[in-house]
Amino acid sequence: MIVLGIESSCDETAAAVVEDGHRILSSVVASQTAIHSPYGGVVPELASRQHVKVIVPVVSEALQRAGLDLSAVDAIAVTQGPGLVGSLLVGIGVAKGLAYASGKPLVAVNHLEGHILAAFLEESPPSFPVIALVVSGGHTNLYAVNNYSNVTLVGRTRDDAAGEAFDKVAKFLDLGYPGGVVIDELARSGNPSAISFPRAYLEKDSLDFSFSGIKTAVVNFVRKYVDSNKGGSIGISENNGDLAKQLPVQLADIAASFQEAVVDVLVAKTCSAAQRFDARQVVVAGGVAANSRLRERLREEMARLGLPLMLPRAELCTDNAAMVAAAGFHQLEKTGGSWDFDFDAISRWPDKTAGS
Amino acid sequence: MRNERPLRTWERRTESPEQTQSLAERLGRLLQPGDVVALVGELGSGKTLFSQGLARGLEVPETFYITSPTFPMINEYPGRIPFYHMDLYRVDSAAEFTELGIEEILYGQGTVAIEWAERLGENLPEERLEVHLAFNDETGRSLTFHAFGVKAKKLLDSLIQVFRD
Repeated sequence: MIVLGIESSCDETAAAVVEDGHRILSSVVASQTAIHSPYGGVVPELASRQHVKVIVPVVSEALQRAGLDLSAVDAIAVTQGPGLVGSLLVGIGVAKGLAYASGKPLVAVNHLEGHILAAFLEESPPSFPVIALVVSGGHTNLYAVNNYSNVTLVGRTRDDAAGEAFDKVAKFLDLGYPGGVVIDELARSGNPSAISFPRAYLEKDSLDFSFSGIKTAVVNFVRKYVDSNKGGSIGISENNGDLAKQLPVQLADIAASFQEAVVDVLVAKTCSAAQRFDARQVVVAGGVAANSRLRERLREEMARLGLPLMLPRAELCTDNAAMVAAAGFHQLEKTGGSWDFDFDAISRWPDKTAGS
Repeated sequence: MRNERPLRTWERRTESPEQTQSLAERLGRLLQPGDVVALVGELGSGKTLFSQGLARGLEVPETFYITSPTFPMINEYPGRIPFYHMDLYRVDSAAEFTELGIEEILYGQGTVAIEWAERLGENLPEERLEVHLAFNDETGRSLTFHAFGVKAKKLLDSLIQVFRD
């Protein structure tokens, strides 16, 4: 079965053609990074406008590269959410139009489930059951995946995403952007046990995360030495000049200690989830999966548990439509039929999980 | 920030995150469609925590986590009235505001909490309740409420009344 996937939930406009949920015939991604970079992240209104501009050429190119026209496609899959409503609506509108005009079935898929299924587009796909950690600037989610169509959210952040904590701490310490990368680099020369920042494990047995407290602990630590209470400014450096000279420890030690606290919690919760759900494999995806300390610690812990760890290649970790087509394929296999055209974009689903 | 004087100002100190959240929940119970709560305070001062309290007061179902809106810029939640949770951390100047397309939310039918609201500058709505959060110590905060506009003053009066009763 050949599925055309369409993805427009955030700042990438993407279309892909995938056969039988695993063979990628084409995958086209038009990135909007340059448009949003002055803002340090995605601006919803600008994203929608750009999606409108490029979506039709992107879909055409995906079909062309696959060497197919729409009549050769068996179904159309589109991201329903979560994401930016204005952006999602562009992809949904086009997908509905194509499905209506061609008479092909249409399936709406969850973007985050797509991210997990992206791992199964690799040549040697993981074995079920899988525990998947999706960790980025916008998400910190743990999923138990029993099979292609049985994906359960078992843990997620209650406040800040892990990547967001990296970005905010980096900005606060005036280390630069992107925060995840600069902290990772600086931390290599720092002592991870220099400062004991709190680890938020929440209630016993909870697989949820909370990274707001670690961020505030870094602010509190610095505030002991530098008065930053001057109202409304982002970071401490704006008011106080050279921050490093006013602190009794190296910035590298703060970076390493902060990173260690975040990584400790991510690793511990991923391990508990893997044990609780008898996982045979652990998959990690999302931008923070690039963090070297997280990779190192996960490798160590997974080796200790005797579990294979899989980190999908970069183009499958970032937003793409191949994963949407794959998720759509598995959904069609499960439900057999097409959705009606009444569905709408969903910005976010309720969050409480079985694990919380 | 806009350069005018508040109609009423009220200060309250809290000793813990729980107290800060509880104060916000009481304010949340009083919010009506069109109300704008502008949150001002540095990193870690408790703006998202305050918004979590507002959401509880607005009866957003407990099944929703009120997470930081920094990345998406706007999160929308169902409650007794729609709750828009905005974050302008990534916006550097008021000049960028017109590009953002958020006027329709600021003047819409829901109630809005805006983190890093000072970034709106002159584009802040005239009718708004500003909440300035400042550190007293690691867990304690000083919250200063400034009511701008007649509707916001009524709202703040009602909140003060809750604490008198």
